[in-house]
Amino acid sequence: MDPLLQISGLRTAFPGENGGELAVVDGVDLSLARGQTIGIVGESGSGKSMLSLSVMGLVPPPGRIAAGEIRFDGQELTRLPRPAMRALRGRRIAMIFQEPMTSLNPAHTIGAQIIEAIAAHERATAPDALRRRAIAALERVRIPDPARRIDDYPHQLSGGQRQRVMIAMALSCNPDLLIADEPTTALDVTVQAEILTLLKTLQRETGMAMMLISHDLGVVTDMADTVAVMYAGQVVERAPAATLFTMAEHPYTLGLIASAPRGGAARERLLAIEGSVPAPSAMPAGCRFHPRCALAEPACIAAAPAMRAFGPEQAARCRRAPIESIAA
Amino acid sequence: MSPRPLLEVEHLSRRFAIRRGLVFARKMGEVAAVDDISFTLARGETLGIVGESGSGKSTTARLVLRLLDPSGGRIHFDGTDITDLSGVALRRFRRRMQIVFQDPFASLDPRQNVGEIIAEPLRLHRPGSEAGYRARVAELLALVGLAPEQARRYPHEFSGGQRQRIGIARALAAEPELIVCDEPVSALDVSIQAQVLNLLRDLQQRLGLSYLFITHDLAVVRHVAHRVAVMRRGKIVEMDETEALFAAPRDEYTRHLLAAMPAVAPGGKVVERLAVLARG
Ligand SMILES: Nc1ncnc2c1ncn2[C@@H]1O[C@H](COP(=O)(O)OP(=O)(O)OP(=O)(O)O)[C@@H](O)[C@H]1O
Ligand SMILES: Nc1ncnc2c1ncn2[C@@H]1O[C@H](COP(=O)(O)OP(=O)(O)O)[C@@H](O)[C@H]1O
Ligand code: SF4
Ligand SMILES: [Mg+2]
Ligand SMILES: [Mg+2]
Repeated sequence: MDPLLQISGLRTAFPGENGGELAVVDGVDLSLARGQTIGIVGESGSGKSMLSLSVMGLVPPPGRIAAGEIRFDGQELTRLPRPAMRALRGRRIAMIFQEPMTSLNPAHTIGAQIIEAIAAHERATAPDALRRRAIAALERVRIPDPARRIDDYPHQLSGGQRQRVMIAMALSCNPDLLIADEPTTALDVTVQAEILTLLKTLQRETGMAMMLISHDLGVVTDMADTVAVMYAGQVVERAPAATLFTMAEHPYTLGLIASAPRGGAARERLLAIEGSVPAPSAMPAGCRFHPRCALAEPACIAAAPAMRAFGPEQAARCRRAPIESIAA
Repeated sequence: MSPRPLLEVEHLSRRFAIRRGLVFARKMGEVAAVDDISFTLARGETLGIVGESGSGKSTTARLVLRLLDPSGGRIHFDGTDITDLSGVALRRFRRRMQIVFQDPFASLDPRQNVGEIIAEPLRLHRPGSEAGYRARVAELLALVGLAPEQARRYPHEFSGGQRQRIGIARALAAEPELIVCDEPVSALDVSIQAQVLNLLRDLQQRLGLSYLFITHDLAVVRHVAHRVAVMRRGKIVEMDETEALFAAPRDEYTRHLLAAMPAVAPGGKVVERLAVLARG
């Protein structure tokens, strides 16, 4: 069966100086089956949000999709007329963002906003039917006492409850694909765990596919079936979530794994990745990771490494992988 | 006899009035942001404070630094009761305790260049010559892993991790003995977070600093702290040596927090590959 979402050779770019273009997503290939979750990880500025906005058809101008294809359930999205794309966004692809406060309108009750979301993709529904639907939507995301909370304003809710409302709005159209861009980054650990559990439960209930974006490897491996690691606009490694922590090949993925403290060796130095993500205007030649890579050698600078397969489900963009064989 | 702790906090409390109404704000009641907490911090030690949002962590930080007046309790710094100090006497102690904030973007004045930012505490607490300030700024930049030439650049020209280094350099300028770190790495990517945690660790080893380290990230606190205090609704509900607390949390809330911590450890080939990476 065809995957629900198939991205190939995607390049999303902004105008650069003297007529050039700066690619912020550069040659991304990804696929996602129905009902599955793909996790996208990488440091901030690596292109995760631009990738998800490309799928949504929401790249902020003057940015644009400069090359590649995005096939969603057989339809090519990059060439879809604007109204058709808008309709698809309402009914089949939905998105939730990191900061629920900035995505909710403080001047309207959450009920009014959920009703607006439902009415946007459903013609002619009676007001009290809409209200009942909105209450049911709140119930579905496990907000206690929904018949009363529906008349609350966003500021009367906690951060976790606001994110639940955002999820309720996103799911009101029963999408086939939910894109969640850092949905729990702004929340406390305990609340974060609750929201992630809720997303998993709702996925089981609805059978939707998810694209979960996070900079937290732990969150992504917990939630996803497959993980794609992004660096400087490219996918540098793709692997099953279940084996990422035992089989990761790419020095960048390994660096992310080593950076996060995980008990053990308390107060020792962490194996950090030095330096930071390059700007699109200053992409290093050859392997884009080479200035920060402990294993870089002249050949890494001379030519850009291609994605190579390591087993049936894993691929990495590093010419030295597998690296355990590198002699001391 | 063990030496006296650098910081001793006894029965510290702070209440805030809850007001409603925009024009004629009426007092509706009180919230105990910090409610009768006691702890000590030794020289060279890191005490972690964890707890959910609103549990009173930042209020504790501001009370300890005397940026906020307590409603009750005492604070001793290096054997002196600083609870009621003010003016010049308080300023002498202020030099010895500094703060590093969460938000490396908001905590630096965008109109000052990095050299001016770092020299500010020097001008306040360490009278000297312009040439002396410049030399000290260069020294501090090197200490936090930045180039001395970067003194002439402005905060917006730096990445999040670099701005946090600038904030740390500013905190170190007046040669403090205590640094309160209020979520110093929460806004940073794990990779940059690791760089900053390594820096704080190296500085503690070289300079013998004490840290009061506030975070809501249990993995981070486990890595950096010698002891951990768990706060909930203004109270310390549990406090212990880090490993003891993680091995056998006594309080139900602590257990709840620990259960929410993602626990994936590297294994298999990744361990070998990390070893290769560490050798470079
Ligand atoms: N100036 C103030 N006036 C009124 N209430 C305040 C004030 N400062 C803090 N509070 C209240 O005191 C309590 C503790 O706040 P505090 O900022 O110390 O929490 P925190 O643990 O640092 O939370 P976070 O993790 O969100 O930073 C909260 O209920 C807060 O709303
Ligand atoms: N509106 C914009 N105009 C130009 N460049 C942008 C814009 N938004 C993002 N970028 C650039 O695109 C790159 C990827 O950004 P983004 O997708 O937001 O990263 P992430 O979500 O991984 O943090 C970054 O270099 C960022 O500076
Ligand atoms: S190709 Fe070279 S520089 Fe790039 S990740 Fe692999 S070893 Fe490092
Ligand atoms: Mg983003
Ligand atoms: Mg705080």
